[in-house]
Amino acid sequence: MAEKVLMKGNEALAEGAIQAGCRHYFGYPITPQTEVAAYMAKRMPKIGGTFLQAESEVAAINMVIGTASCGYRAMTSSSSPGISLKSEGISYMAGCELPALIVNVERGGPGLGGIQPSQSDYFQATKGGGHGDYKLIVLAPASVQEMYSMAFKGFDLADKYRVPCMILADGTMGQMMEPVELIEGEVKKYDKPWATTGTATHEGRNIINSLSLSPAQLEQWNKNRYDRYKIIEENEVMFEEFMMDDADYCIVAFGIAARVSKNAIMTLRNKGIKVGMIRPITLWPFPKQALINASKKVKAFLSVELNMGQMIDDVKLAINCSKPVYFCGRTGGVIMSPDEVIKSIEDIEKGVAQEW
Amino acid sequence: MVVFDKTKGLTEEPLHYCPGCTHGIIHRLVAESLEELGVLDKTVGVASVGCSVFSYNYFNCDMIQAAHGRAPAVATGAKRADPSKIVFTYQGDGDLAAIGTAETVHSAARNENITIIFVNNAIYGMTGGQMAPTTLPNQITQTSPYGRDVTVVGYPVKVCEMLKEIDGASYVERVAVNNVKNIMAAKKAIKKAFKNQIEGKGFSLIEVLSTCPTNWGLKPVDAIKWLDENMEKYYPLGVYKDKYKEEK
Repeated sequence: MAEKVLMKGNEALAEGAIQAGCRHYFGYPITPQTEVAAYMAKRMPKIGGTFLQAESEVAAINMVIGTASCGYRAMTSSSSPGISLKSEGISYMAGCELPALIVNVERGGPGLGGIQPSQSDYFQATKGGGHGDYKLIVLAPASVQEMYSMAFKGFDLADKYRVPCMILADGTMGQMMEPVELIEGEVKKYDKPWATTGTATHEGRNIINSLSLSPAQLEQWNKNRYDRYKIIEENEVMFEEFMMDDADYCIVAFGIAARVSKNAIMTLRNKGIKVGMIRPITLWPFPKQALINASKKVKAFLSVELNMGQMIDDVKLAINCSKPVYFCGRTGGVIMSPDEVIKSIEDIEKGVAQEW
Repeated sequence: MVVFDKTKGLTEEPLHYCPGCTHGIIHRLVAESLEELGVLDKTVGVASVGCSVFSYNYFNCDMIQAAHGRAPAVATGAKRADPSKIVFTYQGDGDLAAIGTAETVHSAARNENITIIFVNNAIYGMTGGQMAPTTLPNQITQTSPYGRDVTVVGYPVKVCEMLKEIDGASYVERVAVNNVKNIMAAKKAIKKAFKNQIEGKGFSLIEVLSTCPTNWGLKPVDAIKWLDENMEKYYPLGVYKDKYKEEK
């Protein structure tokens, strides 16, 4: 077992990315993710890597595009308002089929919002964010250990499928400190014959491009990409089941909301109410089948989120509204207490809760 | 005996530019420079948005098509990924001097070891002739139908004059392609901008005054004349900055 060190989530994530072979990081300061940039600024020059503080989030994501086009693992990180700025570049990356890792350590919104933790960019991350038909693989860490390990997973999935991958962490994940095992994960190498490495290194010319003025061709490109998305949906869904074997109620929550919910579940079980949880680890692809399976056993679902109700749409769609779905959420940077989750479940059981 | 041959720096793809447009000349100058310097096969070009959006079809090297204004940032990422590659951007005035001003200024400030070819024709060509950041005072365009009124929309941006004040910028020159003499000088400047990069001398930007007969509403020959009489006055040709000038 590797030695455990006490680390901040943002730093663990940065170290994870370095261990995963990332040597090019382009960032811009924004709370609560700035420690990622600060850590990279310290580490990259020591290991022959590139840390560059860009003039804007827009420039940073385009620098990632340049590096990723040349076949190297590149990464940027930001927080909610900054991710809105990067969305243009993310759309281009999806269109150009470029793999890279984008990290959103979310804060409350909309607009400038606040600097406290939030999960209100769920729609932005899982439904697209920028313009056009595309998806991101979205990973949601729920511990500092996962902040570290998801950097590996994120780069691996991005390279495997030639898609941009996003780690969607709430501000809590970035800021809290926990012991982490800096496990040396496997760094898989992927051939990138499409990369712009100069015509001396490959046959013909390589062009990284998302433009086509032929509607038929553009449609085909999109269809080809969606064929790949289908394979991702079939093979890459990740979730955690917690006390679901005998559960009468199923909480669905990710990130810090899942941590709070686990606490609530223990208390509720002591009170004799059988509650379990499905924690999506991939927000896209969403663990639909796990929810369908659960829907055959439980009486109701409770979606627990740090927003006004976003993932709950996917929960209802997954189970085709076959069971009642309720919502427990706080927003604007407020984190719910376990008591609020407990009350939500108790209200459902008493029949006084309102369906979403 | 062959006295003039097509450069290997251009593909066989026919150019889509309008008759009389000088993009073709500028493409050739860039392509010849890369060929003559022997770096074509290790060059990564970055195309921009505007009339030259399809330049990735024409330059005979690896190419990345960038979002509007973002080419210098994309080029930064490419160059930092592999500094042994020759990285250039090819951008118009709307792309470089309006939406991409920040990327231009900051890549110069960082003295990014890249080459920027900046084509200034004082108008948005691709979208059909709207006012550009470089549109001259009183110049009529689709979005300045009564002439550019500087009291309302402000003055043109003089890119070379602005960049020469930036400590990071190594080499900044304005050239034109309106006559043979100027074309020869433009070639020399473009080649030097690439040579600088090969020698690690940092940021080079060559502004090329160019024509847009279609959107200026002029015959090609008259467009050349308009460039002579109007653009060159507002945008004087010359070397605005050359950090390494003294080194012989």
